Amino acid sequence: MAQSLFQKVWNAHAVRTLANGQTQLLIGTHLIHEVTSPQAFGMLRDLGLKVAMPHRTFATVDHIVPTDQFAEPYRDPLAQAMMDELRRNCAQFGITFFDRSTGRQGIVHIVGPEQGITQPGTTIACGDSHTSTHGAFGAIAFGIGTSQVRDVLATQTMALAPLKVRRIEVNGRLRPGVYAKDVILHIIRVLGVNGGTGYAYEYAGNIFDGFSMEERMTVCNMSIEGGARVGYVNPDETTFAYLKGRPYSPKGEAWDKAVALWKSYASDPGCAYDDVFRIDAADIAPTVTWGINPGQGISINESIPDPRNAGAPDEKASIEEALAYMKLKPGAPIKGTRIDVAFLGSCTNGRLSDFREVARFVKGRKVAAGVKAIAVPGSQIVALQCEKEGIDKVLSEAGFEWRAAGCSMCLAMNPDKLIGDQICASSSNRNFKGRQGSITGRTILMSPLMVAAAAVTGQVADAREVFSLNN
Amino acid sequence: MSLAKISSVSGRAVAVPGNDIDTDRIIPARFMKCVTFDGLGEFLFYDVRKNADGSDRSHPLNDPRFKGATILLSGANFGCGSSREHAPQAIQKYGFKAIVAENFAEIFFGNCTTLGMPCLSAKREDIAILSAAVEANPGIEVTLDLVKQEIRFGGQRISATLRDSARDALVNGRWDAIGELLEGRNAVAVRARTLPYLAA
Repeated sequence: MAQSLFQKVWNAHAVRTLANGQTQLLIGTHLIHEVTSPQAFGMLRDLGLKVAMPHRTFATVDHIVPTDQFAEPYRDPLAQAMMDELRRNCAQFGITFFDRSTGRQGIVHIVGPEQGITQPGTTIACGDSHTSTHGAFGAIAFGIGTSQVRDVLATQTMALAPLKVRRIEVNGRLRPGVYAKDVILHIIRVLGVNGGTGYAYEYAGNIFDGFSMEERMTVCNMSIEGGARVGYVNPDETTFAYLKGRPYSPKGEAWDKAVALWKSYASDPGCAYDDVFRIDAADIAPTVTWGINPGQGISINESIPDPRNAGAPDEKASIEEALAYMKLKPGAPIKGTRIDVAFLGSCTNGRLSDFREVARFVKGRKVAAGVKAIAVPGSQIVALQCEKEGIDKVLSEAGFEWRAAGCSMCLAMNPDKLIGDQICASSSNRNFKGRQGSITGRTILMSPLMVAAAAVTGQVADAREVFSLNN
Repeated sequence: MSLAKISSVSGRAVAVPGNDIDTDRIIPARFMKCVTFDGLGEFLFYDVRKNADGSDRSHPLNDPRFKGATILLSGANFGCGSSREHAPQAIQKYGFKAIVAENFAEIFFGNCTTLGMPCLSAKREDIAILSAAVEANPGIEVTLDLVKQEIRFGGQRISATLRDSARDALVNGRWDAIGELLEGRNAVAVRARTLPYLAA
């Protein structure tokens, strides 16, 4: 019977059915970081357990690392304590740790693919909701809580019920200036922030066939913002070309065998889906958020919603709450909204192609007066490659601060934070209240090039106009 | 490992209304700079509960009428966002034993269940009725019945659902899977041998 990738990978990793009907699922790859793992190691010690498969467990440090300080001890003693704890845990349990001294450190969702650890047909778990990123390779990858980190450390398995699968097809042609980020912001806007609850999203159609791995990762990364714990793209030649020659990719004969196996995991033509949703690529515009969740997005040329036009009373209340927090005027254009900070980076858009694209267009331009602009590579390898290509210089000359690899201003666990009610044009993934570190700080999510356009104009702007992109 | 069989939860309730209440709001990220979960309870909903100077803002959890409530009521998509277990840990350590909402974000729901904290889904209008009853009489005893999948309070009853696997796990005292997962050790080894990428 024709099966989806999700079903095939699930079946290949199902160990047995548990008493409550859930599946004991083998987790082939476990990625850990400093924030959600220390308590799990503590529980492991309390129970007197070892790590079941240390060779399938990989660690890095990302959330708490300062991006402007390399030497330890860090100024923040709590950050240093978390760093020390991870180092100690990895040493004690024999886990590979991509520490900053290795040159391979970075945001966990950038490091896995970069190292070739993320592979098709595998199951991947990490104590971080953006683990869905790894689905870009045709893996089933999802975020877990700390108790489950403990379960995976101790048993290399966890208890889980299968998800339904919704295929999201995007076909047609993306207009100039429309990026992978716009595709996912559009999908979340249309299907809602909880539209994906209970589903894995299978992204398909000629747009995804043509996307690079980095573009696929951007979309899969934000699946969870649409409520879907898992998002994936079927593996193809683009996937294999990306993986070939990476440190953890199979070599020689094993490579050919692996590719054959990987191909076999792709969804069969004619397999059944629980839902199919189709989007015309031409309907997608450069998209920005105006509110306090990633589903509150509009195209750059639309006006900020007016609660008076809201359908349900619920919707009215949520628009009012968002506008009160964002201090935006209903009915006003979003274009022209003044910004204070521009942030380029994160596990959504902190990859080489993101910085290349921005550098291509900001070369010779200057960040507007009064705007603080920071560019934060997602990994040390991304940083090094940018530096080799001179991207760091282009960005620095334009007025961006070029930083060291980490999560930075995406989530407020390191020194990079908004101050007061600063408004930030951000290439990250969440615009929740207080997300960027100030309880009144405001976030507008957008693609990296739109962040660049905002940085050079000092306001939310249409990158197509700012950089003359229209055909 | 012997776990409590949770077939019902009784106590007083408090409503924290709103949809899409995310885990950053439940526990702001800066309080996650810790290596244990101890003490997280005091930071629950911190940024909406406290002013910058640490004084209280108007918030249901600061209302003395609801002090000691053990059942949290809220809206749709509760717990969306980050996978941080710090969020359910903060709710539990604050003193809550169960949550009732229209529906829950996937990862959050699983995290709560693993901690033995039931998450029951009820219809919006039913939650409104329950919230109104609690508002009118904060001392009212609310009982969440996981077996009958209903909520009883002051002579009224509303239906509330819980997916089968979670209900089974809670009612039968196997909500923390670690013991059962460990028992599967041999089956795990057999399965692992069929997957080339797991070879040591």
